[in-house]
Amino acid sequence: MDVMGIINLNESEDFLNELTQYRPLAAVPFGGRYRLVDFVLSNMVNSGISNVAILIQHKYRSLMDHLRSGKEWDLARKREGLFLLPPAYSNSPMQTQRGDIENFYSNLDYIENSQQSYVLISGTSIIYNLNYQAAVAYHQAQGADITVLYAEKDCASDDCADAFLLEVNEAGQVLDMRSKANVKTTQKMSMETFIMKKELLVELIRDCIARGDYDFIKHCIIKNIHKLKIYGYQYQGYLARIHSLQSYFAHNMDLLKPEIWQELFFRDGFVYTKVKDEPPSKYFDGAETDNVLVSGGCHIAGSVKNSILSRGVKIHEDASVKNCIIMQKCEIGAGAILENVILDKDVYITPGKKLKGEASYPFIIKKGMVI
Amino acid sequence: MRKKECVAMLLAGGQGSRLGILTQKVAKPAVPFGGKYRIIDFPLSNCHNSGIDTVGVLTQYKPLALNSYIGIGSAWDLDRKDGGVFVLPPYAREKEAEWYKGTADAIYQNINFLDMFNPSYVLILSGDHIYKMDYDKMLQFHKEKGADATIAVLEVSDEEASRFGIMNADEERRIFEFEEKPEKPKSNLASMGIYIFSWPVLRELLVADGKNAKSEHDFGKNIIPQMLEQGQKLYAYAFEGYWKDVGTLESFWEANMDILKLKPEFNIYDPNWRIYSVNPTRPPHYLGSGAKVERSVISEGCMVFGQVENSVIFPGVYIGAGANIKDSIIMPHAQIEGNVVIEKAIIGRKSILKEGCKIAGKFVARKQEIVVLAEKSVIPSSVVICESVMPGQKINDAAQKEN
Repeated sequence: MDVMGIINLNESEDFLNELTQYRPLAAVPFGGRYRLVDFVLSNMVNSGISNVAILIQHKYRSLMDHLRSGKEWDLARKREGLFLLPPAYSNSPMQTQRGDIENFYSNLDYIENSQQSYVLISGTSIIYNLNYQAAVAYHQAQGADITVLYAEKDCASDDCADAFLLEVNEAGQVLDMRSKANVKTTQKMSMETFIMKKELLVELIRDCIARGDYDFIKHCIIKNIHKLKIYGYQYQGYLARIHSLQSYFAHNMDLLKPEIWQELFFRDGFVYTKVKDEPPSKYFDGAETDNVLVSGGCHIAGSVKNSILSRGVKIHEDASVKNCIIMQKCEIGAGAILENVILDKDVYITPGKKLKGEASYPFIIKKGMVI
Repeated sequence: MRKKECVAMLLAGGQGSRLGILTQKVAKPAVPFGGKYRIIDFPLSNCHNSGIDTVGVLTQYKPLALNSYIGIGSAWDLDRKDGGVFVLPPYAREKEAEWYKGTADAIYQNINFLDMFNPSYVLILSGDHIYKMDYDKMLQFHKEKGADATIAVLEVSDEEASRFGIMNADEERRIFEFEEKPEKPKSNLASMGIYIFSWPVLRELLVADGKNAKSEHDFGKNIIPQMLEQGQKLYAYAFEGYWKDVGTLESFWEANMDILKLKPEFNIYDPNWRIYSVNPTRPPHYLGSGAKVERSVISEGCMVFGQVENSVIFPGVYIGAGANIKDSIIMPHAQIEGNVVIEKAIIGRKSILKEGCKIAGKFVARKQEIVVLAEKSVIPSSVVICESVMPGQKINDAAQKEN
């Protein structure tokens, strides 16, 4: 495919509090064994994109540890493959940075030197399983300058705070794109995924920098809505937008619905992630499970309900885990009771402890804590 | 190539005919084991964990699945610039083309491979045992003793001893006699089929053995007895720990069940001795309401709505509501529909078991026989199966209805 991929990690992430203290949003664990970046990266690879750059922003050690050479995504190549592009402040540390355009700009030579004529740009906060080929074909057929992917979203059930909402005419052309406060109707929500000619991207970046602009979506895309032919490509299917603690929790729990599990993990291709060589999970006498997602290497002797377990989690006998997200290598001691709790990696809950959050505001325990 | 201290040669060409249906399509080392692995993962992971980075895998029987599984060895960290994994099938020479005629002949035919690395020692392994072993400790023992050959041995019970090759050794562990399956064993040190040879010594022996038309070209039958005859220094290295020959259906099934024990003798969960394998690209498994799983292992990508007890479930298996699986091994991507009953069976990969069928062996002398369904078997709804199903065998709806 004549398309290169750029994953832009300049995204808000403070809403996940403890979970993003040491990692960017892209490296936040999701769905048991994955990190958010796995979904967009797998979509790109499954679409035949073999040149992928990640515009990193900060706190990237955990991301680099996850991606390494890109081998798990088949992106450890002699030519092209996976590139981690450093943020602008590492290239010009004396200047204050205001936005992501500076990140694009300081890596412009990489973008210009790439062989592909098209570029697909995406963040990591919206996850879905899609082969981009049809969207690229649509972009070409429409003769669009820019194509933005969007989905119809019921903003009453899943709030659209800070999402960019589109107005699209019958021909599919985007007339307006902006965030709106307090909408409760069905809206066309931007998936923050854009397709354009590489030449155009370079031109837009240079132009924005020349005018002192700094925000890619607001200044490069939205400001140009009336100058360029921007089309909307409608995606239909399951989509999870992670923009609040509540949406992070709820979309993890979505995976307990078999039809969503099936769609997100299998629809247009597999989702790849770092391999940990964990053995199969082991269930002991007295293990009770009801509606749970379990990754490799777990030991389960207690009771688990409506929960997501990452790799290598141990749940001892008589422990009870309900409505929880338990990350890698956590250990829940015998008789402990957890409800509506998110445990980051390597947390040890000593025997008999009781922790309870609210369904609408789950309680997060920081990485490595002993309770 | 740089000189290597020790190169491993893994004999993976055997058919494993006693495993019957399981080895009809694949070589024995490629048979799935333990919910995620294939048998060959154990010796290859042992190599990795013992610091051996050059491994020749000798293939012969139905090698496709095995070759594609091994690939370039990345799963075991054996994709190396200097060394790595090498698949070595038999090949044609200018004047003749021959199969591997025996274990020693397989090594003999690959002398040029070993010469390339010019190792000091060669480790001979087989691809049909389940165990964790630090080969480096055995190599240190070999060096300390100044041995020409070291044979790994396991203490077995007196009753079992007559089923193995028995090494009779003195207090210094020097072997003075080797008996193949003796009726009256003099010791209980059974050969595990794992040898370390000093390569110059073995090389000479193999060249001579290759020219001997009467030889069966087998390590146990020819090379070891000849070394003893010539008075060469052979030592027995005692291995302690779990070791299981999965040569028969019964032992294959038992070894799988062994990992389910509460405190298993064979621990696959040791982070310091990880068993590596080609990982399936599958999401975490899902256990729905109504699923009840006890004393079992389940791998990635499974969907379970029924009951599973004392069983090993490989990746991508679907188990419908009301299904009841006990004492069984379910190979990858099998589809078990609702209300199916499975007892003490091995279900081949991609088999489809329709609603309400039952798989359970007959009892012979109070012991239930193991039923094996070949891969891609299709069992119609409500049918009862109490005998193994061969590859391609059609089961019609009326067959073996419950009486």
